[in-house]
Amino acid sequence: MQLGRVVGRVWCTVKSPALEAQRLLIVQPVTPELENTGRRLICLDAVGTGTGELIYWCRGKESSFPFLPREVPADATVVGIIDEVHVDRRLS
Amino acid sequence: MLIGRVVGDVVATQKHASHEGQKLLLVQPLELDGSNRGVPVVAVDSADAGVGDRVLLVMEGFSAMTSVGRPESPIDFAVLGVIDQVELFS
Amino acid sequence: MILARVVGNIVATRKDPRLEGRKLLILQPVSPEGKPEGSYAVAVDTVTAGNRELVLAVSGSSARMAEGCKDAPLDLAIVGIVDEVSLDDPPQAK
Repeated sequence: MQLGRVVGRVWCTVKSPALEAQRLLIVQPVTPELENTGRRLICLDAVGTGTGELIYWCRGKESSFPFLPREVPADATVVGIIDEVHVDRRLS
Repeated sequence: MLIGRVVGDVVATQKHASHEGQKLLLVQPLELDGSNRGVPVVAVDSADAGVGDRVLLVMEGFSAMTSVGRPESPIDFAVLGVIDQVELFS
Repeated sequence: MILARVVGNIVATRKDPRLEGRKLLILQPVSPEGKPEGSYAVAVDTVTAGNRELVLAVSGSSARMAEGCKDAPLDLAIVGIVDEVSLDDPPQAK
């Protein structure tokens, strides 16, 4: 899983029926210091997040598992809303 | 998937058993302008492609394995088709 | 998933039988602002996307979960046509 921030949303009227009622979020991956890193991507939402929230997301086939038994074509999904991040850089 | 050009083939005597009998092609991935994109990769052939052909290259395990009927085989690239035409919208 | 613009198509007569009848489109990934990002990729269309349209595409083995793509060999599928993108991204060095 990776850290990220929700920075926007995407709407599609024409879409795969399996994406019906799914929220599409634009996520900016961030470092533990909350600096932007890498390209933004579109994630599905498994936890009800909103814009601006610090979240963690997973990628790959696993990201479709929160929606089972529905087979949703997801390759990246927000799976948690982060309350706090503690970093001890002496350990890295 | 990417567009690639078959630039050669690979012969290997000692290889994973599931690769026996597979044609291995050396495929150069291309940019849309026809220039090279990275270095050539080794791909199994499921479309009877030959050197010089422009091909459709898939880069995902399951797709690659099943295209040659080897679902549990260590294969990550496959040639799925021979491209007749590429049209670019202006 | 990625945002991308449809920039071309591909015709291949000789291909994996599981791709028969599928439309193959060339995508240019774009940022949420619509700026091209990185290089192109070829995707299978499942939503009848057209020339220059902004679309949503799913990659990797998840692409096979798109409508009608079960067991098909593909690594990128177009699963939506984008109506609107809203962005609330504080200005920060990318």
